[in-house]
Amino acid sequence: MKVRVDVMLKQGVLDPQGEAVKSALGALGFGGVEGVRQGKVIELDLAEGTTEADVKAMCEKLLANTVIESYAIHM
Amino acid sequence: MKAAVITFPGSNCDRDLAVAFEAAGFDVARVWHKDTDLPQGIDVVGIPGGFSFGDYLRCGAIAANSPICRSVVAHAEAGGFVLGICNGFQVLCETGLLPGVLMRNAGLKFVCRNVGLTVASAESAFTSGYAQGDELVIPVAHHDGNYNVDPEGLAALETEGRVAFRYTDNPNGSMSDIAGVLSDNRRVLGMMPHPERAVDAKHGGTDGRAMFAGLAEALVSA
Repeated sequence: MKVRVDVMLKQGVLDPQGEAVKSALGALGFGGVEGVRQGKVIELDLAEGTTEADVKAMCEKLLANTVIESYAIHM
Repeated sequence: MKAAVITFPGSNCDRDLAVAFEAAGFDVARVWHKDTDLPQGIDVVGIPGGFSFGDYLRCGAIAANSPICRSVVAHAEAGGFVLGICNGFQVLCETGLLPGVLMRNAGLKFVCRNVGLTVASAESAFTSGYAQGDELVIPVAHHDGNYNVDPEGLAALETEGRVAFRYTDNPNGSMSDIAGVLSDNRRVLGMMPHPERAVDAKHGGTDGRAMFAGLAEALVSA
């Protein structure tokens, strides 16, 4: 069973890498890029029967730092 | 006085930290990350700088969940001293022993140079060898030293005088120029600058020496 976890900086947390990508896109001549946020995608290959609660525990314990990051689980 | 210095895969300041503790009179035990227990009678645990586990996932995140870190957390919760420098500071934030998080430097570049620090609080064993307001020159070398904490956390640090050091010229975007913070019992210190790289005249400066000497004196008189 493949599960995808998206980890993003929370809204309001400065994302210096996203800002750098935004300015690089502008420098390449792409107009209208009003914001860029950079995050992580983590793919888990899990045994059948693993529950969403298990994945949530993995996120809380290790995969995300919930001080600054939010996560979304796609089972 | 006994110090333990933890080594993770990718730690690279562990020997320097051990040497700095030894120069201040500590017996130093070197401890591997897979060990589950600290040696008996340890007064202070040092978590060194480096790139533990290659900075995979987030700086310090994997180290913070390693077997030895459970014992380090237990040591701190029992009132023991813990000093985390650079990657060690990132590890301590990931364990939750210290509030906040170290993010990518605001300028996106790795910063490796001497910086000026002011001693924001001398009210801890680690900073008792300094006076509040002292200015120090200590090296930094990091890519992720941009200290961030939520507004309530920042207010608590400021009102409780738990900011130990501030940058005189902020190199990384840290909130309120914060270079080092103390736990609420003031026995856990995390800091991005490297005092262990400023303890010998051959290092080019000795402003870090008073941290180890002050800690030793505080432990002897305790």
